Amino acid sequence: MSIKITSLAIALAFGLAACTSIVPNSGLNSTDQTFPQDSPEFFQASVGDRIWFDVDQATLNSEAQSILNAQAAWLLQNAEFQTLIEGHADEQGTREYNLALGARRANAVQEYLISKGVAQNRLSVVTYGKERPVEICSTEACWSKNRRAVSVVSVGGNS
Amino acid sequence: MKSFLVALTLSLGIIAGPTLAQSTGPLKIEITEGVIEPMPFAAPAFVAESAAVGGLAEQITAVVIADLVGSGIFREVPARAHVAVITNFDSPVQFSDWKVINVQALITGAVTMRGDGQIAVKFRLFDVFAENQMGEGLQFAGKRDDWRRMAHKVSDAVYSRLTGESGYFDSRVVFVAERGPKGQRQKRLAIMDYDGENYQNLTGENAIVLSPRFSPDGKQVLYTSYETGLPRVYLLDLETLRRRALSDLPGMSFAPRWSPDGRTMLVSLSNGGNTDIYRVDVASGAQNRLTSSPAIETAPSFSPDGSRIVFESDRAGSQQLYVMSADGGEAKRISFGAGRYGTPVWSPRGDLVAFTKINKGRFHIGVMRLDGSEERLLTASFLDEGPTWAPNGRVLMFFRESRGTNGAPQLYSVDISGRNLKRIDTPNFGSDPSWSDLLQ
Repeated sequence: MSIKITSLAIALAFGLAACTSIVPNSGLNSTDQTFPQDSPEFFQASVGDRIWFDVDQATLNSEAQSILNAQAAWLLQNAEFQTLIEGHADEQGTREYNLALGARRANAVQEYLISKGVAQNRLSVVTYGKERPVEICSTEACWSKNRRAVSVVSVGGNS
Repeated sequence: MKSFLVALTLSLGIIAGPTLAQSTGPLKIEITEGVIEPMPFAAPAFVAESAAVGGLAEQITAVVIADLVGSGIFREVPARAHVAVITNFDSPVQFSDWKVINVQALITGAVTMRGDGQIAVKFRLFDVFAENQMGEGLQFAGKRDDWRRMAHKVSDAVYSRLTGESGYFDSRVVFVAERGPKGQRQKRLAIMDYDGENYQNLTGENAIVLSPRFSPDGKQVLYTSYETGLPRVYLLDLETLRRRALSDLPGMSFAPRWSPDGRTMLVSLSNGGNTDIYRVDVASGAQNRLTSSPAIETAPSFSPDGSRIVFESDRAGSQQLYVMSADGGEAKRISFGAGRYGTPVWSPRGDLVAFTKINKGRFHIGVMRLDGSEERLLTASFLDEGPTWAPNGRVLMFFRESRGTNGAPQLYSVDISGRNLKRIDTPNFGSDPSWSDLLQ
């Protein structure tokens, strides 16, 4: 009997983990109570501060668009925040090209947020190319995390 | 930093030594298609003509040998095989002593301390089997601290006489010195001799720095820095170590390259997500936009005569190489092989373009003619990138990054036939090398 109970508990734990892993990117309905809703930490953890791109692409897929919709909604509610959009690339490209690609990715995010009503003067962009990886293995598992655009919010701007 | 300033501003006096019968000699090594059988040479220890330069004479000999052997086209017949010792620089050479150990080229030398405190390095080059001297004996004089440069000058003269082409040993490299873990790499500009000696830092580690480029006169460096938060192109004076932003450039700027006359630069500006190539007057900041497609255009490089530009663009869907006039306008695609091509650099001889190629997850350094023909891949690895030409257009330096969580870049060189791949030792990691012209 005891064995059976344990396995159910594990199943339950896995189920919970699966649910919570969706929460950070699920928009403003998050139940996360750790950070105030108008904090950069909340934006990062619960709204979702980053989106990911396909290889050598700067197009926004539907997952990226839904995260950016949540970012736009949060920015419209928290008008005192400026956003610096960082464009990044994976290591599988040349340095200069990746700088240009990162700029293209950051710009795609900027234009999308503007299209959702965020004022242009609250948004700025920077490209890091392949200079700042968040994951450091040399496989697609890491590269897919590094092909990203990150929205960094702060009061009074980033520069 | 002081010794480095001295080295850069020094001009070595070159005085023709005692004239002996000049000969055009039959001894010549053809390096056009790469050399399969290196030419055997001997460089018996240079004679120390005063006690004060005893150890130095041996060190200078060792550098000359390292230069010539390192080129891949010469093979040293080592001292332990010699049957003769040179004890007097001006005594006649006994050619039979060198024939018997199959030496083709013999280099003799001497080092002297002069009355003014400078040292002088003398050498002669002999064609052993023709039994004659090749060219005049030469003497290089300079400060003792610059003994490596004098050794490199000897090597360049020997290389030049035996190949018919100019050498590349008395030259320097600026590059990005990197350290720290892959996720928090710290970068700074550094400079060193072509062989990794005389390393000096040029900047601190407070901001990401990228792609330094030596000016044609070797006195300035263009590079990209994030010190304001955005990537911007800066100009660094190597004598004063003062830097200035090329501040009239709007937005983000990167990938600078000098014009052959050192007066203008090519640079990529990124605006509204679109990256294009501009030509900028370095003194006035006046700009000329050279490309205007919505594609990425970057990594431009001038032809040695300044009339054309090779660059990369993804206007046809993937990263490829193009050539256009120095005034912009229509561009002709030159790369048509499988995969993507980037970082083109025009050879100082004008005959080839070196590039990085990415194909099936592998990176290569390669060369092709300017019409795209005769593509040759010289290297292959997880990540090879960023070639820069030796002053004579016969060797390329680049960086190779290893894969994985501990992956890091190191500098390498390879000759344009794909032979003689070598790692250049640097104190930490190294990337983005830029090779100077021969020093004056």
